[in-house]
Amino acid sequence: MSEHSSAAGQTCTISLELNGERRELQVQPWTTLLDLLRDQLGLTGTKKGCDHGQCGACTVLLDGRRINSCLTLAVMHDGASLTTIEGLASAEALHPLQAAFVKHDAFQCGYCTPGQICSAAGLAAENRASSRDEIREHMSGNLCRCGAYPNILAAIEDALPALRGQEGAQ
Amino acid sequence: MTPFSYQRPERIDQAIALHGPDSRYIAGGTNLLDLMKENVLQPGQLIDINGLPLREIEQTAEGGLRIGALVSNADLAWHPQIEQRYPLLSKAILAGASPQLRNMASTGGNLLQRTRCYYFYDTATPCNKREPGSGCSARDGRNRIHAILGASEHCVAVHPSDMCVALAALDARVHVEGPHGKRRLELVDFHRLPGDQPQQDNVLVEGELITAIELPVEGFASHCAYLKVRDRASYAFALVSVAAALEMDGDVIRRARIALGGVAHKPWRIEEAEDQLSGKRAEAGCFAAAAERLLQGAQPLADNAFKIDLVHRAIVRALTEAAGGTV
Repeated sequence: MSEHSSAAGQTCTISLELNGERRELQVQPWTTLLDLLRDQLGLTGTKKGCDHGQCGACTVLLDGRRINSCLTLAVMHDGASLTTIEGLASAEALHPLQAAFVKHDAFQCGYCTPGQICSAAGLAAENRASSRDEIREHMSGNLCRCGAYPNILAAIEDALPALRGQEGAQ
Repeated sequence: MTPFSYQRPERIDQAIALHGPDSRYIAGGTNLLDLMKENVLQPGQLIDINGLPLREIEQTAEGGLRIGALVSNADLAWHPQIEQRYPLLSKAILAGASPQLRNMASTGGNLLQRTRCYYFYDTATPCNKREPGSGCSARDGRNRIHAILGASEHCVAVHPSDMCVALAALDARVHVEGPHGKRRLELVDFHRLPGDQPQQDNVLVEGELITAIELPVEGFASHCAYLKVRDRASYAFALVSVAAALEMDGDVIRRARIALGGVAHKPWRIEEAEDQLSGKRAEAGCFAAAAERLLQGAQPLADNAFKIDLVHRAIVRALTEAAGGTV
């Protein structure tokens, strides 16, 4: 049995590599990964939209793969590596997707943007979508209620070659 | 969410031993946590099975594949053996949910996901599945998305999975392990019709855990199609779906498999409809006759009579596409 087991009401200790930094954290079993980020760690870049896995605003990269942080418990991810929107840019430069979203004006209110960008980063790593139709299909888990889809699509399409180059260089 | 205790065992026997009447196993959690947030489920204990050794995809002795219950939907859909030998399964998985959810959701959990009937989710309304004996709000309420086959006066919910429709067509088997040992079930016998016990979606008994899904050798790789009809182009549950798989000899059908989603409490298969296609030339007439047989006894509700025509046409189209060769 792992040491993360807990009786009702007890907290568990987990270790997360969060945006490149190892963190020891105390969590209650029912704390979602999203609530850990926003409420406990003050990382409010990751947004709570529907809180039911339907809108994608809470998308983060867990061990490099995009997931809905609202539909998973923090306690389930001891030892994992987590990248949020706060961890994408380097000290000197925006992430290519961030730069492309600015260039293409790929937002209106901006609330869905962190999730859109993290999701697109996951899409690039999966390497399963290239054409506009494929990108649309593979971004269907991220809703934009302002309807900025044409520019979001243009931004992702524009950034994909650079991201693939990055992958290849690593 | 109501507070609960949390355990993460590392062995299957430990997980089963921990399981009690108030427990739930959690794998991907995408449906369970949603239901817990909605107060539809309030388990006192979650048993996290992600530490169990159930992530392999291996060749079986007979030449099929054994898929560990914890393999994610994305990993399964994109596994080279699945894409090459069982493209029907790959297509069905990729037709469901979103990329984020497919990265989280497990193979076993996909079988165990609950209906998306609005009344099942709405704790302010009666629902026999959520609260046995309270009544069915859908039967005389809004029932556009509900069942046209195999329903009962107690429940008209449909099973929401795309993956299971393909698994039904592929003659998949389900391996389970529980307090009374191991057993192996045909996928078509795993889910049940609602009858007077709609609270039971499947035949698992308390404490039983899905450990693997087994695929037989034949994957119908060269002649299959998964057709899903829904209210928007992507990321929506099926109104109806059809998994069609054919073994062809020129333009003559040797064997056929047809499973329907979105029409019943379980993936819908009628062997007679498949058998009557054997030896026939692949053309619209015999496909329509198979559709008629599959839909025999269909009973629409106030809002969903459209499903009968829709699924009839979808069956003919899916079979036509499959006969033309897997795209």
